[in-house]
Amino acid sequence: MSHHIVHVKNLQHTYPDKTVALRDVSFLIHHGESVGIIGANGAGKSTLLLHLNGYLSATSGEIIIGDDQLSKETLPEIRRTVGMVFQDPEDQLFMPTVYDDVAFGPLNLGLSADETETRVMEALQRVGAVELRDKPPYHLSGGEKKRVAIATVLSMLPEILVLDEPTNGLDPQARRQLIALLQAFHHTRIVTSHDLDMILELCERTIVLHEGKIMADGPTLDIFNNEELLKTCRLEKPFAMQGCPVCSPDKRPLVSQPPLVPPHSSKPHDHEH
Amino acid sequence: MLAIDGSFLDFKQLDLLALRQTPVHRLDPRAKVLTTLCFIICVVSFDRYQISAMLPFLIYPAVLMAVGDLPFGYIMRKIVIVIPFALMIGLFNPIFDRQVLMQIGSLDIWGGWISCISILIRAILTASAAIILVAITGFPAICEALEKLKMPQTFAVQLLFLYRYIFVLTDEGVRTARARQLRTFGKRGLGIRHFGSLVGHLLLRTWERAERIHMAMLARGFAGEIHSTRRQSHFGRTELLFMGGWISLFILLRLYNAPQLLGGLFTGTMP
Ligand SMILES: Nc1ncnc2c1ncn2[C@@H]1O[C@H](COP(=O)(O)OP(=O)(O)O)[C@@H](O)[C@H]1O
Ligand SMILES: [Mg+2]
Repeated sequence: MSHHIVHVKNLQHTYPDKTVALRDVSFLIHHGESVGIIGANGAGKSTLLLHLNGYLSATSGEIIIGDDQLSKETLPEIRRTVGMVFQDPEDQLFMPTVYDDVAFGPLNLGLSADETETRVMEALQRVGAVELRDKPPYHLSGGEKKRVAIATVLSMLPEILVLDEPTNGLDPQARRQLIALLQAFHHTRIVTSHDLDMILELCERTIVLHEGKIMADGPTLDIFNNEELLKTCRLEKPFAMQGCPVCSPDKRPLVSQPPLVPPHSSKPHDHEH
Repeated sequence: MLAIDGSFLDFKQLDLLALRQTPVHRLDPRAKVLTTLCFIICVVSFDRYQISAMLPFLIYPAVLMAVGDLPFGYIMRKIVIVIPFALMIGLFNPIFDRQVLMQIGSLDIWGGWISCISILIRAILTASAAIILVAITGFPAICEALEKLKMPQTFAVQLLFLYRYIFVLTDEGVRTARARQLRTFGKRGLGIRHFGSLVGHLLLRTWERAERIHMAMLARGFAGEIHSTRRQSHFGRTELLFMGGWISLFILLRLYNAPQLLGGLFTGTMP
């Protein structure tokens, strides 16, 4: 297998109503990389992700996942390889119980009941949701829903995890828990968000989208330090890098200190001095 | 009217009830589906002026509710939902059907009134049987049973979606209604014109969500077939006994008017 796993070449997408959502997007992602895709609302992040598992087809351009060019024949394999976690977990949990939901993918892959059981329990263990297995999904909290949604994808043993705005709508504690969970994964990860603090913790590389175009692609720190760029793309420097006015009046940038984000600074102002 | 938040449309609880472990929960879903079907056919096939002969059929929902350890109040509230619909159909009868069927004192009872009550009882009986079936079986298991009973699979899948759709629709509906309620400051609302746009909005939102759900299903390899590993139930002696017992009772109750027979027994006059 080639050493890069996601290859997007000159991707264009125009919606039927003539909205041009992606303009000439190209990038390469390697095995094990964790890439953030950031951009304001409507920048085209979700549209881009929906191409990666073939839900939307490119108006022009091509997509190569692993060794396979995305096409009708490779679609089933690509959908297994690319584990897509949608923005609203409600959409992803459509079966009567958590167990059924997590088993849905493996069963579609044609696994036996026993194999499926193993996969389901592993996936639930991974996200710390084993005790939820018999609950109907709509009885779960927001954070639990998100973790179960991730388990529904993990049970298919994807090589690439794709998450669309994973921290959206989570309370601070659930958000923290989710970030810790994602940090523990060794999959190739592609995460979209405008929660730049999360991207800072999860991704060493960031791609900036603005009005469907790639404005920048590089190390997360470089990009987040480029205030000009962030401003034109209607984004804001992560709180963790803004230098907290309460505890560091000299605006000492936190960036130069290796543990980028001290464990207590998940949110700008939960100080514990 | 807009107090549809909360318990009124909360069918979700039914799925939780279906997780219980009682003797009726453990029965093979096919036995329960067939028995319920037979119950409904017997009840629906009664003559339009029939009332008394239908009453003994209450025993089926009553027994299942007791053995299945179902919360009486909750099930009742679900059943009550069908009453307005039944009345909508039944209330025209007294207008069109003024044939005098019986007299109480000097009061003429029109056939229309009797058939209206009869419709109501029918609706309550069938609704209770159906709701209790879901509460002791779970909707997915019912779909699976129908499939095993040779219903085309696509149809079973559609049915399962429909069920999921109901939640989606009510969720969206509750949210839209709440938003509207907040903006009308508790007044009666904005009239029929706005109600139309409310419904349109609702359908659109529901459609969008259904599309996203479909997207999520495709992303996990969905190819038109819902598989299941659980509920390895089998059709054994208990199931045969359950079905045989109830169905013979239904047929007997359908053929003979039990209250009348009993009444006859006491007064010594056979019908
Ligand atoms: N189904 C659709 N039909 C038409 N236009 C759409 C559709 N979905 C998104 N768009 C438009 O495409 C652009 C990119 O949207 P999206 O990818 O959802 O952005 P993001 O996820 O970054 O917020 C927006 O201008 C949006 O209005
Ligand atoms: Mg989006």
